Amino acid sequence: MIKKDIIYTGAEAEICVSKYMNYNVVEKRRVHKSYRIDYIDNKLISSRTREEAKLMIEARKIGVSVPIIYDVDLVNGIITMEYLKGKRIKDILNNLSEKKRQKLCKKIGESIARFHNNDIIHGDITTSNMILLDDRVHFIDFGLGEKNSEIESKGVDLHVLMEALESTHSKYSNCFKYVLEGYKKELKDDANQVIKKIDDIVKRGRYR
Amino acid sequence: MLCLGIEGTAHSVGVGLIKKVNEKCRVLSNVIKTYSPRQGGIHPREAANHHAIYIADIIKKSIKKAKIKRGDIDLISFSQGPGLGPCLRTTATAARALSLSLDKPIIGVNHCVAHLEIGRGTLDKCKDPVLLYTSGANTQVIAFAEGKYRVFGETLDIGIGNCLDKFGRTIGIDFPCGPKIEQLALDGKNYLELPYTIKGMDIAFSGLLTAAEQFYKKGEKLEDICYSIQETTFAALTEVTERAMAHTEKNQVLLGGGVAANKRLRDMVQKMACERGASFFVPTRDLCVDNGAMIAWLGVLMYISGIRMSVENSFINQRFRTDMVDVTWRD
Repeated sequence: MIKKDIIYTGAEAEICVSKYMNYNVVEKRRVHKSYRIDYIDNKLISSRTREEAKLMIEARKIGVSVPIIYDVDLVNGIITMEYLKGKRIKDILNNLSEKKRQKLCKKIGESIARFHNNDIIHGDITTSNMILLDDRVHFIDFGLGEKNSEIESKGVDLHVLMEALESTHSKYSNCFKYVLEGYKKELKDDANQVIKKIDDIVKRGRYR
Repeated sequence: MLCLGIEGTAHSVGVGLIKKVNEKCRVLSNVIKTYSPRQGGIHPREAANHHAIYIADIIKKSIKKAKIKRGDIDLISFSQGPGLGPCLRTTATAARALSLSLDKPIIGVNHCVAHLEIGRGTLDKCKDPVLLYTSGANTQVIAFAEGKYRVFGETLDIGIGNCLDKFGRTIGIDFPCGPKIEQLALDGKNYLELPYTIKGMDIAFSGLLTAAEQFYKKGEKLEDICYSIQETTFAALTEVTERAMAHTEKNQVLLGGGVAANKRLRDMVQKMACERGASFFVPTRDLCVDNGAMIAWLGVLMYISGIRMSVENSFINQRFRTDMVDVTWRD
């Protein structure tokens, strides 16, 4: 066993640096939570690990950048994947020039549209779950994702990002607009249907 | 500074008197009177009538309990929203009358923000928490970021308390149903699988409610259904709270709202905090539920930071969202 260093502790998983064959990899290890009963715990860990791996492989096929998967261990909830030495969008977005921010957000929108063209719902599109490396936006953390063709699901997917941008990058209120520009450009179906759905979802919330 | 706060957003009307001592909140009195419908849920007009009947009496009781004179009060604070329109208007009317008759300034505050601030104000070491606010109407995960209390996660349909109440109504128990469901759940042993719905840091309960009602109609054991509802919804609430903590990189968690009285929910959030090495806070019961003291405390914080309101501009706002408040009293 090679020594593993935890580089990040998220809400549901630990990310450790490791070696696989000769590659630098990270292991995403889903952690058991003692607060929930075993049935829910085991089910969430195995189903999310399986879904995540499946969606990452599919995302790669359709041309969206994601880390390469080397190994999946469903019993222990571990995915071994390529180590991306990039920067989280969360950490850089606020420090870009308006023009560069616009370009980056459009790129993000285009990638999301590519997901949705193939009925991939990421499920947790936040700026913490996107990594910029070699001028490309890589998506990680598909644990809440699913395959779904409904406009509702696509709307919710974008709504999560909208909220993340509003709460973490509130000073740059144009970000989501730029994301939608890219999304519209790349989506094969009528993007306005999805955008209208986002409004519906917002209004469904409390006190809207 | 001595402040009288009036709360009345939903089924409870409350009056609290607090004093600011060494940057902390000292509660002098906190009187709460709760309207319970004879059947069904809260009827807004009847709740408002209830508040109108009792409010003068509660103000008197609160002043007497605090052992102060009316003239000692420096500020009148009231819950401006969010909440049920008729209830909010009744409360605001009482606050205006008091402000005018005592000739003291008035200030309207956001109810959800008050739930968070009372934790910071009364609990030692609770400085910058992520709040899991769970009540009948509200289910929000709130934290301070970039000058506002921002909602990182919230229910996309109904509040957790509302979900419990609706299920309670199906099985024929009285409002509020949470405590009775908690009691029934203690004898539940078999977990019945219910939808676990998380979207990013948001959460939804209506699908789970329907599924739970189906189990009831199929004749599953009531104790098992209640156990399964609690285990599923509370696990999801704990998970979104943890996600918000990871996302905002905060290491304190605070509970607030009526559902925070549930022992199982407390237990889960505390375990989560413990495993992350974070600290866990929960105010005393009378400061967790809707109460006047928290309204008074937020009023003081806002007033000292320079915010002023005139009686003419003391409109209520039924849809007063947490993230609409400019937090002028924090860096």
